[in-house]
Amino acid sequence: MIRASKFLWALNRPGLVKEISPAASRLQSTAAQPAASEREAQKAHKMSKKVEMNKSFVMNIFRGAAMTEQAIPYPSVLSDEQKETLEMLVDPTEKFFEECNDAAKNDAMEKVDDQTLEGLKELGAFGLQVPVEFGGVGLSNTQYARLVEIVGSHDLGVGITLGAHQSIGFKGILIAGNPEQKAKYLPKVASGEHMAAFALTEPSSGSDAGSIRSRAVLSEDGSHYVLNGSKIWISNGGLAEVFTVFAQTPITNPKTGVTKDKVTAFIVERAFGGVSHGLPEKKMGIKASNTAEVYFEDTKIPVENVLGGSGNGFKVAMEILNNGRFGMAAALSGTMRYSIKKALDFATSRMQFGQRIDSFGTIQEKLARMAMLHYVTESMAYMISSNMDSGSKDYHLEAAISKCFASEAAWTVTDEAIQVMGGMGFMKEAGLERVLRDLRIFRIFEGTNDILRLFVALTGEGTKRAKRAIGFTNGGTIEGIHPNLNESSLLLGRAIEAFGYTSEGLLMKHGKNIIGQQFLLNRLANASMDLYASLVVLSRASRSLTLNLSSADHEEKIARVWVNEASDRIQLNLTAVKSSVSEKNFSDLETIAKELCSNGDIIAERPLGI
Amino acid sequence: MSLRVLVGCKRVIDYAVKIRVRPDKMGVVTDGVKHSMNPFDEIAIEEAVRLKEKKIAKEVIAVSCGPTQAQETIRTALAMGADRGIHVEIPAKEMEKLEPLHVSKILAKLAEKEGAELLIVGKQAIDDDSNATAQMTAALLEWPQATFASKIEKTDGTLLVVREVDGGLETIKVKLPAVVSADLRLNEPRYATLPNIMKAKKKKIVKMKPADLGVDTTAHFEVVEVCDPPSREAGIKVEDVDALVSKLKEAGRI
Repeated sequence: MIRASKFLWALNRPGLVKEISPAASRLQSTAAQPAASEREAQKAHKMSKKVEMNKSFVMNIFRGAAMTEQAIPYPSVLSDEQKETLEMLVDPTEKFFEECNDAAKNDAMEKVDDQTLEGLKELGAFGLQVPVEFGGVGLSNTQYARLVEIVGSHDLGVGITLGAHQSIGFKGILIAGNPEQKAKYLPKVASGEHMAAFALTEPSSGSDAGSIRSRAVLSEDGSHYVLNGSKIWISNGGLAEVFTVFAQTPITNPKTGVTKDKVTAFIVERAFGGVSHGLPEKKMGIKASNTAEVYFEDTKIPVENVLGGSGNGFKVAMEILNNGRFGMAAALSGTMRYSIKKALDFATSRMQFGQRIDSFGTIQEKLARMAMLHYVTESMAYMISSNMDSGSKDYHLEAAISKCFASEAAWTVTDEAIQVMGGMGFMKEAGLERVLRDLRIFRIFEGTNDILRLFVALTGEGTKRAKRAIGFTNGGTIEGIHPNLNESSLLLGRAIEAFGYTSEGLLMKHGKNIIGQQFLLNRLANASMDLYASLVVLSRASRSLTLNLSSADHEEKIARVWVNEASDRIQLNLTAVKSSVSEKNFSDLETIAKELCSNGDIIAERPLGI
Repeated sequence: MSLRVLVGCKRVIDYAVKIRVRPDKMGVVTDGVKHSMNPFDEIAIEEAVRLKEKKIAKEVIAVSCGPTQAQETIRTALAMGADRGIHVEIPAKEMEKLEPLHVSKILAKLAEKEGAELLIVGKQAIDDDSNATAQMTAALLEWPQATFASKIEKTDGTLLVVREVDGGLETIKVKLPAVVSADLRLNEPRYATLPNIMKAKKKKIVKMKPADLGVDTTAHFEVVEVCDPPSREAGIKVEDVDALVSKLKEAGRI
């Protein structure tokens, strides 16, 4: 931990913050805000003033500070009673997925089997986090994480059906709804009687969600809004009865009298009329889940169905998406467990060249790396769910990182599992090709990994550096890490320091133009991901060592290798944002891309000339 | 007449777990091993809950004898629809030596104490395979018994029970009160749903000790050794029927 006395100099540049923060928040979620108004910029500035109080580890590394309060010791938030409840819920959930659900069949039918869907509703899987008084299971985020891990290890198509319903579909009602809205909608969505969907994306509005065109206009008598617009790629779009819909609404500023469009969130029932949907989309993966266009034509929405206040739609959308991201990391750590198990079963029985293939270094490295990626993802998922359960509000960057990391790690792990199994892995029968197809979307939806990386880097760079921290107590190590991992702790400490210098240097060099430096921001984001990953594994392995868990030695090795290699990658990434060679590379890459785009095709002449 | 039904449910090592013998050869490894409700007892609970749903039963009480964790088994029964639970505490160490006769005495006492008119248990537990508790309890209570039930129907004051016996089905009529043991095909037990598990947390479980019921659990026999079944030796392939016959003759089998 950093002590105040160790802060060496102060840097205060509110002007910059004012310009960078809105850019960052525009990238948050998939959401973009319409041109930042003066007021918003002021708000962003005000928010950034509180940065010093921000407990986010990732936020703080941008000023070279190791704020580990939320991460060390590895949080443990479940009470004995919550643990006991969870233990009772795990078995029937696992049993259901093992005995009643057939992922391959769902994939082939391109829908979740009717009987399975009914079974899931009976099981209570549609209202895991809805309070018990509204007919749900009332789970905390951490308990929920453990159950979606089971879903993720069995069937991601079902996972998306359930996730689109509760992680985003009606999450808005849960976190931003008023008591009447909760009482009216939660019981029916929790039982699965009504399915829910989240309708933000439009044909012309993907990552730049601020550009949505759906519009809702208040009726003259002020009793209802009239909604018109179309949404695409809506999960559960063809099945849902209840939609969380985002649309532009004209809002008049009472002081200036100027009317501007602002996004408002609405709870829309299909029964309101004028709601229709297209055919289920044909997709690469998660085929069992329903994805469809949804159209609203003069749909009358009663004013009491505005969610979270008129004009606050972006805040609502961001909250919903931020709130749900840890669930993806949890589900995908379940998926990785599944893929790794497949690879292990194969590697420990397959004979080639007269030996079991797990005796070869090539296979050993693959298996060990798969386990490392799983360890990082799982550690992130439960650290973030625990932080959220403890009431933290400072988890958005960590949640964004966990979504990026988990989706890429799960892809790599499953891809490698297929490679370990060779030709067998390529066969449908092995049960991995479906998983790989299903996984692909996770790097795209709910904020593409590319947008989330920029979000992390820009939010970090937008941090007001009231005081710059360099130097660590204890000669640079992170406090609270088990002595066995002292060297790793030292590496992480140094890396945080180096990261702080570099991010500060970038800001000084580019000023507000940093917003456009995506080549650099991506590398900064990658380094910040490696830093957070290193912190969570060190924290979790320390916990295991302290508790003397039977797997402690194994975890210690994983943590050590991870931090050693991450530290190298961080150095590479930090060098790349400063060195003149990479500067030239980036400008060359930019030019190459521009030339390609203006040509509309590959430019290099064919080697044969024909 | 609406019945009060008492159901026994035992916590056993889960059927999917590969059983390992302890190094001291005095039992099997139970630490860190997944446990769940004896599958035959799940069927017993399910039948009782169905009787309640048909308004034949007015109350279903789930009983489990075992260590603290037996409460989890009772909770499962409550989540499936039992109304309340009774946990007869037996420390883990003593549990290894608990015999069907002890459990029968406990169940008999509880049946009398609770005024139960029907006692349903699984036909056997999948750990010790004793298949004795139903029969012994019936004897102790001097109630009729209907074991290996695959169908239960209630007529006035009596139960028609279809039993799976060697070579077919036997239908018997027993007067209530009675003891029934559930066979595999009696029903397909429901899953405990998550909301019901949450609701079951509010249902009552009464804790007691065998001594509270005046039952002495002193062991009547001692375990000499527990060991793995001998591993099967590899067979041989023979060319034709003649070779097979001669080999069998050699081995003195024919």
